[in-house]
Amino acid sequence: MSIKKVTQHPSQNEALIFERSQTGRVGYKLPKLDVDETNIDSIIPAELRRTDDLDGVPEVSEVDVIRHFTRISTWNYSIDMGMYPLGSCTMKYNSRLNEKVARIGGFTNLHPLAPEEESQGALELIWELQNDLCEITGLAGISLQPAAGAQGEMTGVMLIRAFLDKRDGEASKDRRVMLIPDSAHGTNPASAALAGFTVKTIRSTEEGITDLEHLQQLCDQGGVAGLMLTNPNTVGIFEKNIKQICEIIHAAGGLVYMDGANMNALVGVARPGDMGVDVIHLNLHKTFSTPHGGGGPGCGPCLCTEELAKFLPVPHIVKDGDKFRLDYDAPDSIGRVKAFFGNFGMMIRALSYIYTHGAEGLKEATEAAVLNARYLSHQLESDFDKPYPADPMHEVVFSHKKQSKKGVHTLDIAKRLIDYGFHPMTIYFPLVVEGAMLIEPTESVGRADLDAFIEAMKDIDREAQENPQLVIDAPHSTRIGRLDEAAAARKPVLRWKPDMEASAKTA
Amino acid sequence: MRYIPNSPEEREEMLTAVGLGSADELFRSIPSDVQLGRRLEITEALAEPEVIGAMESFGSRNTAATKPSFLGAGVYSHFSPTIVDHLIQRSEFFTSYTPYQPEISQGTLQYIFEFQTLICQLTGMEVANASMYDGSTAAAEAYVMAQRVTRRDKIIVADTVHPEYREVARTYTQHGAAEIVSVGFDEATGQIASLDGLDDKTAAVVIQSPNFFGCVEDIAAIAEKAHAVGALLIVVVTEAISFGLLKSPGECGADIVVGEGQSFGVPMSFGGPHVGLFATQEKFVRQMPGRLCGVAYDKNGNRGFVLTLSTREQHIRREKATSNICTNQGLIALAATIYMEAMGKKGLQEVAVQNAQKAAYAAKRIGEIDGFEIAFSAPKFNEFVVRGPKRAADILETVRSENGIVGGLALSKYFGDRPNEFLVCVTETMPKAEIDRLTDALAGLR
Repeated sequence: MSIKKVTQHPSQNEALIFERSQTGRVGYKLPKLDVDETNIDSIIPAELRRTDDLDGVPEVSEVDVIRHFTRISTWNYSIDMGMYPLGSCTMKYNSRLNEKVARIGGFTNLHPLAPEEESQGALELIWELQNDLCEITGLAGISLQPAAGAQGEMTGVMLIRAFLDKRDGEASKDRRVMLIPDSAHGTNPASAALAGFTVKTIRSTEEGITDLEHLQQLCDQGGVAGLMLTNPNTVGIFEKNIKQICEIIHAAGGLVYMDGANMNALVGVARPGDMGVDVIHLNLHKTFSTPHGGGGPGCGPCLCTEELAKFLPVPHIVKDGDKFRLDYDAPDSIGRVKAFFGNFGMMIRALSYIYTHGAEGLKEATEAAVLNARYLSHQLESDFDKPYPADPMHEVVFSHKKQSKKGVHTLDIAKRLIDYGFHPMTIYFPLVVEGAMLIEPTESVGRADLDAFIEAMKDIDREAQENPQLVIDAPHSTRIGRLDEAAAARKPVLRWKPDMEASAKTA
Repeated sequence: MRYIPNSPEEREEMLTAVGLGSADELFRSIPSDVQLGRRLEITEALAEPEVIGAMESFGSRNTAATKPSFLGAGVYSHFSPTIVDHLIQRSEFFTSYTPYQPEISQGTLQYIFEFQTLICQLTGMEVANASMYDGSTAAAEAYVMAQRVTRRDKIIVADTVHPEYREVARTYTQHGAAEIVSVGFDEATGQIASLDGLDDKTAAVVIQSPNFFGCVEDIAAIAEKAHAVGALLIVVVTEAISFGLLKSPGECGADIVVGEGQSFGVPMSFGGPHVGLFATQEKFVRQMPGRLCGVAYDKNGNRGFVLTLSTREQHIRREKATSNICTNQGLIALAATIYMEAMGKKGLQEVAVQNAQKAAYAAKRIGEIDGFEIAFSAPKFNEFVVRGPKRAADILETVRSENGIVGGLALSKYFGDRPNEFLVCVTETMPKAEIDRLTDALAGLR
């Protein structure tokens, strides 16, 4: 007798919710309306009401919803499952404690426009986190309003713009050049453009750091508003000339913005403010462990020198005696970058992270993160091309130079890593390294896992030499194979429609 | 530190393996004159119960969180089914990253695709992105997109768009070519009166509906005027629950719909994290900001999803990108998706009707009090403006201190010339008894 089996596991072909919908199913229950009903026509006239009966919106039961999301969740890799070494993304452990405290009713049920005297706990929490982040970065001014790193960057370059406009008046218009290294994140130039700057690119040296001579040349050409620099930079190397770099920019009349994406290498060890940096953003979702949540939410505090603080977004949080209040009186402010006060829920988690670590623990995390990357770099440099010989900080970049001779490229290596049970590293970034593989283990991985990752990479290198097709065809272990992204972009299908081709083929 | 797996012995061994004698030597590439060289002046590490205690102490001082509140104005108190918060706490969702590797991110990609679809269905638009930071930034991005699409720079913005949204848009556009022109409202209806300045140099008209005063706008009429001069119509929706009852902006002729999705099961959390909605017509898709998820197939014909059309984005286009945004609000978009699916067609309609009914009841009761009236005659969804006999801030302060009710928002916060008015929001979570208590409190004022 044969058993009819649709697939190996029911979760392998969970349809779109729209394809599961059955007329008449319900997944909610509201209390009965407890007020006297008014004729709906006298509330909202018929011509302003919808008549489409929310066509297409699914009708499913609560059980359907639970199973649907539980099943599709199993298709995701996650930090809780294992090492997630995306360079520059800092995929560290997201503690459950932080989740728990962020859900305290006094936070979740607090309306942002509630009276200040009845929101003192929230204002104080923001104040405390601000103080800690100022201490960590060595900078005096701060706004927690930016919603993510890119918005923190935008805020930062707008501070520079506001400072120059105030200092130079009309003449500021001749100072519109933002210098950005060729290794920078794409958000840097995109944010600079929003502040009205044009971008000039600084070359990196063979060593992988900012080319001082080129920097000086660009400054000599004039018009320099500032520099946007990531430190450690995106190849994981500390810009050892940082003080000199800041001096060159300052001498040219500009300001230095530091992209804090890589602060996980520095917390407790060195502070941007002590290096001469004027403005920085942090990513609470990287360094301070707030969850990435499949792409967000983030929180991108912007910090700056005392001199620039008056340009920060409004409102500022002020302490008056033992009371906290919001101060909107900031005539030089660049304005608001987001409604209300930013992603407060992320601030709770970040402060919980700081409390849990304490000063010593923060430094310990930095050391562990750098040690893990250093160890990994050391163990892999014989098997993979390492374009920059310097010791890396918290992340290390390799390239596919050796494997590509066999037709195996970075993408293939990444996909093969999936078969070995790891999330791939960041690939093809930074752009200055051809076939870049940027690996950031973070402090949240133990040696056994690190060794397993190293072994996997060495195995893949071996496979690339001996059986390259095996790597090129990877992954072999996933529910679906490599997807045709080019075709997807040529004829984009961005939403479900009733006539859409039915679900995935079954095995 | 319990979050760091390696024991001290393992760390020693690893240091030895890389040829170092101590952890300090890891930082040799940092010149000593920029090393901190001291302990950070931050608290000692707290134990888990101590962290919880400290956080509960902060929470307990947010006394407004436990009081009946009639605040709305862009952030709303709604019921969220229990399963929403449970499901978003699955490790696979909250500890994953942007789905750059589709083979092991299909869970995230599929819910984004469902989110995009649902937002299209509710807004009546053809395409929606994977979400923006929040409603205010989504609106600002829409201004910039409209300029790009029309190659024009004048943006006409109604004063009845949320004041903080207008501030954010001003910040975003201050260094570009945008010329922002404000238009007022009809004192009798609370709706847009006229579109002074609308001409063939106008990139977009920006309105909110229901507007900041809770009034539903005649979107179709405004769309007609905007389109007559080749301008786009941007419709802002801060109260997403209204989609369940009101004619969709898309059906009324909107070109871009932006909004705040917090009402879909997301806690207020003192203003964030929330989720920005961004939807438009298919012909503008390549001008959109943000991540987009689309259908793709593997070589065996299996259907999957990928991030797509990324040539618009900063990591490829750098300073020429459509936006600097990198993230979406993945986890919050997930919460909204679960909410929309659990509520479903019937639930989204029922909750919208309950909001409208409860607000109508409250408005009727308050309007009957001597000395009080409901401002503006336009149809209202779940918010309305009350005009009182004296300063609204004083009225609300009395109601708060004597009755323990947060009675609404004094409009003077944003509109200095409207001292006696306050905005009241009533959602499905507000029991009739509390509405009656507010009414009694207002009636008892002298």
